[in-house]
Parts: sequence; C-alpha cells; structure tokens
Amino acid sequence: MKEVLNTISVWILPVIICVILLHGLYKKIPLYETFCDGAKEGFWVAVKILPYLVAIMVAVSMFRASGALEFLYEIFKTPLEALKIPSDTLALMITRSLSGSATLGIFSDIVNTHGADSYAAKLAAVITGSSETTFYVIAVYFGAVGITKLRHALLTGVLADMVGIVCAVIVSRFFFYS
Amino acid sequence: MNIIWLSLIIISFIFAAINGRMEEVVNAMLKTSQSAVMVAFSLIGIMAFWLGIVKIAQKSGLIDLFSKAIDPVMKIIFKDTKKNSQAYSNIALNFSANALGLANAATPFGIKAMQDLQKENPNDKKVATNAMCTLLAMNTAGFQLVPASVLAILIASGATNAAEIILPTLIVTSISFVSAILISKILERVF
Repeated sequence: MKEVLNTISVWILPVIICVILLHGLYKKIPLYETFCDGAKEGFWVAVKILPYLVAIMVAVSMFRASGALEFLYEIFKTPLEALKIPSDTLALMITRSLSGSATLGIFSDIVNTHGADSYAAKLAAVITGSSETTFYVIAVYFGAVGITKLRHALLTGVLADMVGIVCAVIVSRFFFYS
Repeated sequence: MNIIWLSLIIISFIFAAINGRMEEVVNAMLKTSQSAVMVAFSLIGIMAFWLGIVKIAQKSGLIDLFSKAIDPVMKIIFKDTKKNSQAYSNIALNFSANALGLANAATPFGIKAMQDLQKENPNDKKVATNAMCTLLAMNTAGFQLVPASVLAILIASGATNAAEIILPTLIVTSISFVSAILISKILERVF
C-alpha cells in the first residue's frame, strides 16, 4: 500500500507536466513564452500574501510566547486525565490549528519523552497527521486574493479541527489502547 | 477576523504581564515578522513554476476540458460557481496534490483556484464567497493519504511499526474532511 502510494506520488507530477506540455504543443501554444508569462505572477502572489502572513504568524507567536496556552492547559488538564487522555497531547490539540512548526515540535517532544511506541506518541501522530494548520491556510489562500472578511471560514476550520481531535481520541483508543 | 486578531494580541500582552514574559512576547513579535517574510518568499519559486505550467494548460484549453469533465461532481460541492468553471480543474488538482502529500504543488493550485473564484465573486471583493469558504475548509482539514512528515519522525525515533498509524490517521482525516465541508455548508446560511 505504502510503496504503491509512494510510486504514485513520485510519478504523478512528471505525468501531469508532460500531459500539459504535449497538449500545449499539439495546440501550437508558444510554450516557453506562455510559461514565463504565467510564472511572472509567482512573485506577486508571494508579495500579496506577505502582509496577511505577517499579521497572523506574529499574533499567533505572541500568543504562544505569552504563556496563555499554559493557562488553557491547566484548565483542561484534570478533565482530560479523567478520560485517560495523556495530558501532554493537550498542548498538541491546542496548537494544531495555530502553528504548523510548533505542532511538529511538540509532536517530536512527545515521541522523545514517552517513546515512539507509546500510546501518547501514537495518539499524537494521529492528531498531527490528520489536520492542517487552519490559521496558516487562511493567511495564504485568502491573502492571495485579498479577502479580509472571512465570514464562516475560520469557525468552520476550528470546528472541523475539534471534530478531528475527538475522532482521533476515539479511533486511537480503539486501535492502540491496551 | 478584526476581533480575533485584536484578541490574540491583547490577550498575549495581558498574559505576558501576569506571567512576567513581556520580553519573550516582544521577541516573538520581532522574530516572527521576519520568519513570515521567509515563508512567503520561499513560496515564490515553486509558485512561479506551477503558475507557468498552469498558464500553458489554460491557453491550450486543457483546463476547460478537465473542468467540463468533473463539472457534475463539483456542482454538488460548489453550488454557487459558474458552469464548467475554470476553478474546478484547479480545485481538483489542489485536492489531488494534497491527498498525495505534495504540499508544494497543492498551494499554487489552491491559490489559482481562489483567483478563479475571486473572478466570479459578484459582491465586494473583500468578502469571501460560499465556494471560497468551502475550498478553504477542504484545505484546513488537510486530507492526505499518507502523513509523510509524521511517519518520518516516528521512524527516526525508532518506532517498531510506524506504518500502523496510517489507517487510523486516514480514518480521522476523512471524517474531519467530510465534516469540514458539511460544517461550511451549514454555516454559510448563517453568516
């Protein structure tokens, strides 16, 4: 299963690129000029995203540095331990939507302190692997087209993350808890 | 977003004052604004490459062809878009690249799709449309078949059978992917 997927992952891009280029050739498109014309936009997209990325990444990193997360951690710690959820994974649950690099850091910490074969590490792996950093995705995707009124986008992302965390706990309990 | 952004910053300062961590917070502010620039600029190369390739597909009519083919499926999820919208192709490519774990390729396709949807946006160009929110929900849910970076960390730390997390992760990400789309569909009536 994993080998098949790996092979697909490696071959899919070359196949897509060849299909697009050969179809362009068949339609007599000036390939090189058209490519460069499109590629020009790459720089401006990055420049357009930049202010949104600064706004969101800075606010999130300040929030993390202030110790506000530790406060949330203290509140939720006791009820989670009562549900037999390793309290270290709580930091991960709270950080998951906020920061991708912080999530990977916390995940590595959990794996190192509890061991790669522990229940905590497996639960952490499922939580980390099953979601994307909501705040970053919003900054990049909406920033690129200048959307500032998000409507329900953020709430949707956060609610879906919560659904994911609850599912991760239930599914991991079923697969790994002994 | 105004209120959330303001709250994040004000709450940070309040907690920093209580915990005596004002220096850390100010440092985080200065350092992260710099790393945000690095993140944005690291996107330039890959973005330029894919936008170049996509431009060729657009001009040759391949994007239109593909969009027409997947129109029936897309029409169900993205109700308020135009028929055979060019966005469909880029949404499908964005989803496929994400599923295969090719985050580098997924982002340019996703941004291209957002640009296509923005062209169809009949209202104020600062306000997200239903279709944009749905596309965003698909991406924040982070559906992927194999969580490569997580596996790499587990294997590096000496897990005896790291692959056993693949199936549970796939189950969870599928559920949260579907619920993200459903939640977005429900909330779009409220907001």
